[in-house]
Amino acid sequence: MRHLLSAADLDRTQITEIFDLAEEMSLVQGRPVKKLPALRGRTVVNLFFEDSTRTRSSFEIAGKWLSADVINISAKGSSVSKGESLRDTVLTVAAMGVDALVIRHHASGAPWQASHWIDAHVLNAGDGTHEHPTQALLDGFTIRRHLRRSAPDLVDFEGKTVAIVGDITHSRVARSNVLLLSTLGAQVTLVAPPTLLPPGVDSWPVLACTDLDEVLPHADIVMMLRVQRERMSGGYFPTPREYTIGYGLTRPRLEAMKSGAAICHPGPMNRGLEISADAADAANSLILDQVAAGVSVRMSVLYELLGGAE
Amino acid sequence: MTDLLIRGADIVGRGRSDLLIRDGRFVDPADAGADGEELDADGLVALPGLVDLHTHLREPGREDAETIESGTLAAARGGFTAVLAMANTTPVTDTAEAAEHVAALGARDGHAQVVPVGAVSKGLHGVELAELGLMARSRARVRVFSDDGHCVSDARLMRRALEYVRAFDGVIAQHAQDQQLAGAAACCHEGEISGKLGLPGWPTAAEASVVARDIQIAELTRSRLHVCHVSCAETVDVIRWAKQRDINVTAEVAPHHLMLTTNEVLNYDPTYKVNPPLRPNEHVDALREALADGTIDAVATDHAPHARHDKEHAFAEAAFGMLGLENALAVVIETMINSGLSWPELAKRMSIMPAHIARLADQGRSLTESQPANVVLVDPAARAVVNRDQSASLSRNNPWHGRELPDPVVATIWAGRVTYQKAR
Repeated sequence: MRHLLSAADLDRTQITEIFDLAEEMSLVQGRPVKKLPALRGRTVVNLFFEDSTRTRSSFEIAGKWLSADVINISAKGSSVSKGESLRDTVLTVAAMGVDALVIRHHASGAPWQASHWIDAHVLNAGDGTHEHPTQALLDGFTIRRHLRRSAPDLVDFEGKTVAIVGDITHSRVARSNVLLLSTLGAQVTLVAPPTLLPPGVDSWPVLACTDLDEVLPHADIVMMLRVQRERMSGGYFPTPREYTIGYGLTRPRLEAMKSGAAICHPGPMNRGLEISADAADAANSLILDQVAAGVSVRMSVLYELLGGAE
Repeated sequence: MTDLLIRGADIVGRGRSDLLIRDGRFVDPADAGADGEELDADGLVALPGLVDLHTHLREPGREDAETIESGTLAAARGGFTAVLAMANTTPVTDTAEAAEHVAALGARDGHAQVVPVGAVSKGLHGVELAELGLMARSRARVRVFSDDGHCVSDARLMRRALEYVRAFDGVIAQHAQDQQLAGAAACCHEGEISGKLGLPGWPTAAEASVVARDIQIAELTRSRLHVCHVSCAETVDVIRWAKQRDINVTAEVAPHHLMLTTNEVLNYDPTYKVNPPLRPNEHVDALREALADGTIDAVATDHAPHARHDKEHAFAEAAFGMLGLENALAVVIETMINSGLSWPELAKRMSIMPAHIARLADQGRSLTESQPANVVLVDPAARAVVNRDQSASLSRNNPWHGRELPDPVVATIWAGRVTYQKAR
């Protein structure tokens, strides 16, 4: 694997390999000495054009536990306003002799563009409203673990239904999950008010629905998306109250869920808005498992990109 | 100046004849003296010099991206003998002095006639009228006014501008973009591809709704409205309706909208970021049809040079626009002549109508005795792969780079002077 830019870059076999390796990596997490020598001498730069403490620290720990040298560079703010082009910034960092660039950018497509300018491996850590492939991988990994509790031999998600609920239009998590989960065979159903369903969703490998209560009883996994503050004032829906009543995972909806179904949320949560405290802390909530899976999945991805013989 | 005899050109596709140029005008070819120069035009079509209603020359202000000298050299290479220089320079062309400055630079450095477009509003801010009358009365004789790059959003300001310019037969050229439906961030046709790529969408309704409004105002004020860079089928429908009602509206289409589609954006290459955006194929088809039937009056390039570093940002942050002057005729031959448009019709869309809309007395004239000698000689069969590095423009944001297209322009003559001649 040269780059990881989109969840669409991965076929079912590759995803399964990443998951299986992540299982092994997760064993490191339980050890007193959390260090593997796999990437010793390799340099990984986290080039973040947008703040993200969670994702950055998750990549940083993943790289360090694999013994890579990890450097964080914050390039926050518009490069346009600073007078330096994206290309110049990327070339400058790459010229230092970097093996992999982990790029987070507030604009869609930036990691994709960067991959054309440099020789280093590029890993998309979230680009604008486009994709966030490692988030989808850790979600998928968490879901597989959950499903394997009742079906230990499960290999794919055929026959399973995943509902993704919330602001689909502006969600990179949703886009990557749609691609990854459908590659694994899941039936993905997107649920949102019409103002938050993206144009052209009819051509996606999903069902789209505006009624959460219709979808909820059939979903094996319910993934709630964060509602961004700026959408609330952007007129995408009238009030937070109306949103919660229509699309929040409230206590009554918790009870309407299919037995054995689980709850995901990529965080950070707006408790009381898209997800009630009851749902967030429920026994079938996988939210903390998702966070824990982040490091091992990113270790696995970094190893896939950099660990091979080169 | 010595005589120039053009031998055997097919005059606008209507038949072969010689053309004799003396002192900047056509004269009777039978008068040719023995000591004049000759240009063999066997197999070539002679068209009136092309006129571009929509050029960004960047001077004054961004001489690193283009100058009047380099931009008009690109124009000459593309077969143009006149360009209308858009007002969004630094400073903005919103006073008589600024307009005269651009015209004077054009007279000094130009390889084609440079006609300044005046801003509709002061500073392009869309709030107060610029000094439209003084620009019209100036030595630059401004007749076309546009806030291009920005839409005149305020309906009342648009109404006043349309009314006001009637006094001197001016025209308001509108960049139609509803700011609420397609804000400054909008950079991709709203549809399947914008949804997939996560790029802010630019719906066609944001263009067509403004054009519909402006047409109503043009009817109310009995004034001349011109619609810049029509990009979609919905706008074509609205303009067609207006023309059936004899409302005084004209429209232009850019070469890129006649050939390129939203698919170009799939790899986030900012070369293909343009405003209005590239649209899906059904819109390209509708635009070609509208240009063929005259609903769209003119081809205008929207030539928009940008320094490399202004295009090498993330897609959403890169500058809007692409080059157009050098390849416009090639694209029109490829998309229109090769599917049935006649040479006289092409001359109408690329020379006669643009000159008429801009009220340029010396451009878009017939190639007959006593008329100004503005002519382009065209080889309809020649083809070449476009190489952006061979451009006369200072910029390299050429969307046709690497594509094989017609390579039609053999020579361009502006007011009797050869401004470009292809090496043979």
